[in-house]
Amino acid sequence: MAVLRGDIELAGLTKSYDGVTTVVQGINLRIPDGAYCCFLGPSGCGKTTILRMIAGHEDPTGGEILIGGENVVGLPPVARGTAMMFQSYALFPHLNVRDNIGFALRIRGLSKKDRNRQTDAMIEKVRLTELADRLPAQLSGGQQQRVALARAAITEPRVLLLDEPLSALDEQLRVRMRLELQRMQRDLGITFVHVTHSQLEAIALADMVVVMDRGEIRQAGAARDVYATPRDRYVAEFLGGQNVFAGRVDAINGDLASFASPQMKHIAVPVGSAPVSTGDTIDIAVRRDDVGLVRPGMDVAADTSWLASRVLAVEYQGNFVKVMLDATGTDEFIAYIPERTFFRDPYAIGDVVQATWPSHLARLLAKTTALTA
Amino acid sequence: MSAVPQSVAVAEARVTKHAIAPSRGSRPWTFYVLAGLFTFYVIALYGPMICIYILSFQDVRGGLVFPMKGLSLHWFVDLFTQVRTGDVKGAFDRSIKLAIVVTVITVVVSFMSAMAFRRRFPGDNIVFALMIGSLVAPGLVLGIGVGLLFNAIGIETSPYTSALGAQLSWTLPFGVLVMFAVMSRFNPAWEEAARDLGASTWQTIRLVILPVLAPGLVAVALFGFTLSYDEFARTLQTAGPQNTLPLEIWSMTLNVTSPSLYALGTVTTIISFLIIGAALGTIVFIQKRRGAGAS
Repeated sequence: MAVLRGDIELAGLTKSYDGVTTVVQGINLRIPDGAYCCFLGPSGCGKTTILRMIAGHEDPTGGEILIGGENVVGLPPVARGTAMMFQSYALFPHLNVRDNIGFALRIRGLSKKDRNRQTDAMIEKVRLTELADRLPAQLSGGQQQRVALARAAITEPRVLLLDEPLSALDEQLRVRMRLELQRMQRDLGITFVHVTHSQLEAIALADMVVVMDRGEIRQAGAARDVYATPRDRYVAEFLGGQNVFAGRVDAINGDLASFASPQMKHIAVPVGSAPVSTGDTIDIAVRRDDVGLVRPGMDVAADTSWLASRVLAVEYQGNFVKVMLDATGTDEFIAYIPERTFFRDPYAIGDVVQATWPSHLARLLAKTTALTA
Repeated sequence: MSAVPQSVAVAEARVTKHAIAPSRGSRPWTFYVLAGLFTFYVIALYGPMICIYILSFQDVRGGLVFPMKGLSLHWFVDLFTQVRTGDVKGAFDRSIKLAIVVTVITVVVSFMSAMAFRRRFPGDNIVFALMIGSLVAPGLVLGIGVGLLFNAIGIETSPYTSALGAQLSWTLPFGVLVMFAVMSRFNPAWEEAARDLGASTWQTIRLVILPVLAPGLVAVALFGFTLSYDEFARTLQTAGPQNTLPLEIWSMTLNVTSPSLYALGTVTTIISFLIIGAALGTIVFIQKRRGAGAS
């Protein structure tokens, strides 16, 4: 496969600040040219460090960073063809919008006329023309973000690196700016690498989601794959939308495993070719929107799993209703019931219900490694 | 149920009765106490100076105390023409030039040390303590020490050697402290952003760090200038054979018994105000220029 100019490859990338603890532990990852890639993880998982190493603001302790097939470790940011958008935008407070955006051109020694021509074109692209003479302090959060984006994009980078670009904005603006980022990425046609701790943001934006935990990649893949088919408990819980619970295998019939504990005796999980044997404790995930609720005593179809439980709490969410159940003891178990379905026969707190789902929709998760134990 | 609104009403009544915070109606008594205290403070602060300024505008019959005798600029003319009042013009000249040199060195060194202290380094606390330490030393003692040392080495004390050094021991710690305060509001991400956009270290300093810190640097310059221009204790034993302005004023208080002493006070105050005005004007200009969007 040909290497394109915006391809990024991280090979054995390692970072340690003090030589004792490693914040990034030998990451291997390939981000294709023109992809929108989101690094997702809690704070301190090493995602920002990776971004800063790609940007050239941090030197790796070990490993290689290849952009367009060329090892860029040790090169300054400009030579890498990367541009970074900083977390709080880092707009120069003494320069107006035009001069902030044109800063890189000024550094390159362009004449004022050329500089202003290119800058004004970029200002128009991000729709800031009326605000070109304003100082950053006179702009709203969303406007500041557009300036930061334009200032980075004017260098015509092959990779744009965004460090928590939406975290400084309020909820409504965040959703609007998300669309704007997507539009910019399509317009520019370059690789975006975006660091966030918000799974909503990641799955809404990214072609490729990289879920990180303590300096390691837990799962990398398309947003839908990571959300719908999480590899292990950590990914499933971090992305949310899944009920994760553990159980001890009692028997395996065909490819379906069943469980020993009396509460879980009506649950079956497809294990496929996974090396699961009787007596193992396995993690299972069931999507919250796959769970349905019925009154006890109702018949359930043959290939359906079910749990008897009690309603702990009910939260109205508008288009669906979130019903919390005390089904599996320690793990929380939630059903997302479509709003209309719920109100046909609403449940009250304390009602005894059966949570049901088609058995083939449950998923066996990879065994949790020592890392998260 | 009915108990709740009742208790709220009671609580409300209690609040209005004992409210000390300003309300929409009359001001609380504490306002008048504090306003009176502030008025007293302002009179104590400016009263003595204003007495001097008023008395400097007497005519030829004027004396050193109230009441005011006549109204003229006689003593101002006397100040600059009479030899017996001392070399005011020369002293003024020397003080201004020395203050300018002190200001430049203070601004440059304060800026550089603030840059150095952005990151921690081994022994940074000790270096900081050494820089600030000379603030604690009594000025007169420090001045005598500098004079003694020069004497021991066998160098004549003079304004641009011993006096300059002694004054810097006073202005530099101040400058460094002000610069540290200014620097604490400097976002290191600005430097990184400049680097990200291709700026060299020097370009980052020239196009980002210096312009952002400019108002702070003006403040440091103002500090350096006024501290040097006013400095007496450290300069007394180090200025060499010729007086700076504060030394001249001091010697005049011993010899001169005419209101021309007060005229000198008025003149030096006006100059101080002009310098402060110029500094503030510069800051306003910098901010205006930014607002106007000139590049």
